[in-house]
Amino acid sequence: MGKQIVGRAVPRKEGRDKVTGRALYIDDLEFEGMLYGATVRSPVARGRIEEIVFGEGIPWDEFTIVTAADIPGANSVALILLDQPYLADGVVNHPEEPVLLLAHTDKYLLEEARRCVELRIEPLPAVFNLDDSLAKKEIIWGADNVFKTYLVEKGDVDEALNEDDIIIVEGEYRTGAQEQLYIETNGVVAVASAQEGVTVWGSMQCPYYVHKALIKLFDLPEERIRVIQTETGGGFGGKEEYPSMLAGHAALLAWKSGRPVKLVYDRAEDMSATTKRHPSLTRHRTAVTREGRLRAMEIDFTVDGGAYATLSSVVLSRGTIHAAGPYNCPNVRIRSQAVATNAPPHGAFRGFGAPQSVFALERHLDCVARAVGLAPEELRRRNFIHEGETTATGQVIRERVDLEGLLERAFELTDFRGKRERFARENATSRIKRGIGFASFMHGAGFTGSGEKYLESVVGIEATEEGRVRVLSASTEIGQGTNTIFAQIAADALGIDYELVEMAQPDTANVPNSGPTVASRTCMIVGKLVESAAVGLRQTLAGAGLLKEQYSQEEFRSACRSYVERFGALRTFSQYKQPADINWDDERYRGDAYGAYAWAVYVAEVSVDTLTYEAHVEDFVAVQEVGKVIHPVLAAGQIEGGVAQGIGFALYEKVVWQDGRMLNNQMTNYIIPTSADIPPVRVYFFENPSTHGPFGAKGIGELPMDGPAPAILNAIENATGISFRHVPLMPEDLFDALAEADTEVLAGGVERG
Amino acid sequence: MVEQEAQVRCRVNGADVTLKAHPLARLLDVLRGRLRLTGTKEGCGEGECGACSVLIDGVLVNSCLVPLAQVEGAEVTTIEGVAASDEQLDAVQVAFVEHGGAQCGICTPGMILAAVSLLRSNPQPDERAVREALAGNLCRCTGYMKIFESVLAAVKKEA
Repeated sequence: MGKQIVGRAVPRKEGRDKVTGRALYIDDLEFEGMLYGATVRSPVARGRIEEIVFGEGIPWDEFTIVTAADIPGANSVALILLDQPYLADGVVNHPEEPVLLLAHTDKYLLEEARRCVELRIEPLPAVFNLDDSLAKKEIIWGADNVFKTYLVEKGDVDEALNEDDIIIVEGEYRTGAQEQLYIETNGVVAVASAQEGVTVWGSMQCPYYVHKALIKLFDLPEERIRVIQTETGGGFGGKEEYPSMLAGHAALLAWKSGRPVKLVYDRAEDMSATTKRHPSLTRHRTAVTREGRLRAMEIDFTVDGGAYATLSSVVLSRGTIHAAGPYNCPNVRIRSQAVATNAPPHGAFRGFGAPQSVFALERHLDCVARAVGLAPEELRRRNFIHEGETTATGQVIRERVDLEGLLERAFELTDFRGKRERFARENATSRIKRGIGFASFMHGAGFTGSGEKYLESVVGIEATEEGRVRVLSASTEIGQGTNTIFAQIAADALGIDYELVEMAQPDTANVPNSGPTVASRTCMIVGKLVESAAVGLRQTLAGAGLLKEQYSQEEFRSACRSYVERFGALRTFSQYKQPADINWDDERYRGDAYGAYAWAVYVAEVSVDTLTYEAHVEDFVAVQEVGKVIHPVLAAGQIEGGVAQGIGFALYEKVVWQDGRMLNNQMTNYIIPTSADIPPVRVYFFENPSTHGPFGAKGIGELPMDGPAPAILNAIENATGISFRHVPLMPEDLFDALAEADTEVLAGGVERG
Repeated sequence: MVEQEAQVRCRVNGADVTLKAHPLARLLDVLRGRLRLTGTKEGCGEGECGACSVLIDGVLVNSCLVPLAQVEGAEVTTIEGVAASDEQLDAVQVAFVEHGGAQCGICTPGMILAAVSLLRSNPQPDERAVREALAGNLCRCTGYMKIFESVLAAVKKEA
């Protein structure tokens, strides 16, 4: 049997292709006779389309032109609700909404033509932020602008808020939109005809989402639709639902023209038209005893979903469930809602609602600690959740949770207490104010509640006649390491070398539906299916009398070869069955929200320059318990990358809106952290194997997005004495607040935060 | 638009080539479209992200900002020209695989060229120098830590 591969830093499966430039991304593919596609988009936020005018000087007869009238099936992107059209028909509901498609062989002429199409639209009143939407300044979606609401209730919040001898602390927190900014923009190539059906290649996270959407768009049976993922240059949620839109557009152009069509967005189009992180508003009202025990948490959480429902209900769900954090509070009420605005729909982005609500909570708890007169860590320590206690949804934690241990480790590594003292001393006389802060949090792995039960994901493993094995799954490699960790898991389950395991390209014609590549589910949920499918393969070989209980790799290979020779293809499949100890009540939103959680404490050290108003993260420590680390280098890479995105979310990445349109849709003025901005990020894993994941692993992909923003703003409060309650926190915000604080000090001194 | 084409002679990855294209065509498009050297990636088209980095006479540039006419007589190196051979990768490439410097891989060719360019001018850089040299190349996956580790590991190996 082979030596253990799980837990070792084996080389990334597709690493060599990526470092040599050989890996082929969608824009690297050329097809015979291929046309290029372009999208004509709405210039206004909301209105009635009155006329489409094709300007002069363009040979329009050379162009393939598609409007809503050309759609063979249903004109809606099949996801959860069916409210979002592929092409606007009569009305538009957000800037950049697709109205018309063009294709031509010459992409320069195509761009000229795109600019020559004039959409005459009679504007209608629109709503541009969640406050106006909540206030129903205009009803723009359904009866009340509300896509979805949830109510989570535990204990009796009203009674607890009226108890004697408690302190009530209130606060309001906001987070801005954030662009995923994968470096490879969205793109697809489609081939389509009534005879052959539709085939799409593209950059995507979820081939079967695209597959489902195309079935409805073309009204074709599922076997006539084929979706193939090509090497994907980053996703972070940004390629969860939007590729269904591009795939549909390219396929419609291909269907009409009879030629392959490539549709690849340039950066400006990708940034202005595709999804972003939902902006949010959270209101907290917390009752706490004088000893610092949480008695009640009343939380109102609202996200801005943009113009169509898309994934907002599920983003809201995850944000709602994470809103009360890893604390043991007897009385909790979380009311949440997703509302409509006339902006392009907001969508999936790493963390999926949790970074928003966790930001609010972890900032708020520092305010609660101050109100009670406790150090922030002491307040948390008195309320951390433990095995046997229940979360906000009433989920009993059935694993050992050691948040105190994580906190202690993070504090040791950063000399947290020493630095708090030193900075307090030094800041008084220094232009550069230093501060240190932290956040403690959790992140659930897999689909929420009954989600995994309904997905019923399937993974296959096949043995090849060369005596190798191939993992068949639709879970995509998007940089996070799916190929590598699945191969490790399969290799260990079969007792063979890592090199003997191949990954099939995600292609709906060849791989089963292992569900979408989202929700920190790939390692824990799908990885477990890889393990069980591999065990099934071994048992099949043993059952055929070809494999003994103990075997060498050569014996395994020869068993595979013999099986294939005698019986033909050898494939085994494994389908997800929800474990009996996971129970969820969708009606009351109670129960086991996730099969497992990863737990973490992150510490950020910052400097704030009171001359330039720049805030900079100087040091960062991320300590987390993730079950089992399958691959130490990839796992650390996930955490470091997530922390960098979290730093951007906190301090750099501001989407500037005007009437529902992103104004700074360029890398020049939407700033993500560079190699010069990122502090040393030190990552530490605690392992406590979970029964639900392969070899004990839990999900980690989204976790690191949750903690950095609150940790950084808590550190900024420590540095400046100012309690900021929104991200991104830009230099101009620091300027305003510090200038105001100075004025107050000059005017006689006002105690601040 | 044939009448606007110019003929440009240069060396690409050690081979002499003659390219006929509009003199203002972006080098990026010519490399990818005419020469099918698709390892050079377009990330932003405005010189911000560095995904299209190549070396012109050893100098790191964003090929999306370079008009073809500018490489007349020059030596252009793309990611396809970094390894000595298929079997023998450059130390930087090996280190990126071993140390997790590549995740999604789309910034990787540009990042590797930036690192190669640094090591040619400064064979013993410290982390600070690495950070500075790579600051024109954006990565959204790694948070850069594993990229720094990869470059510094390549330095060690070379030493």
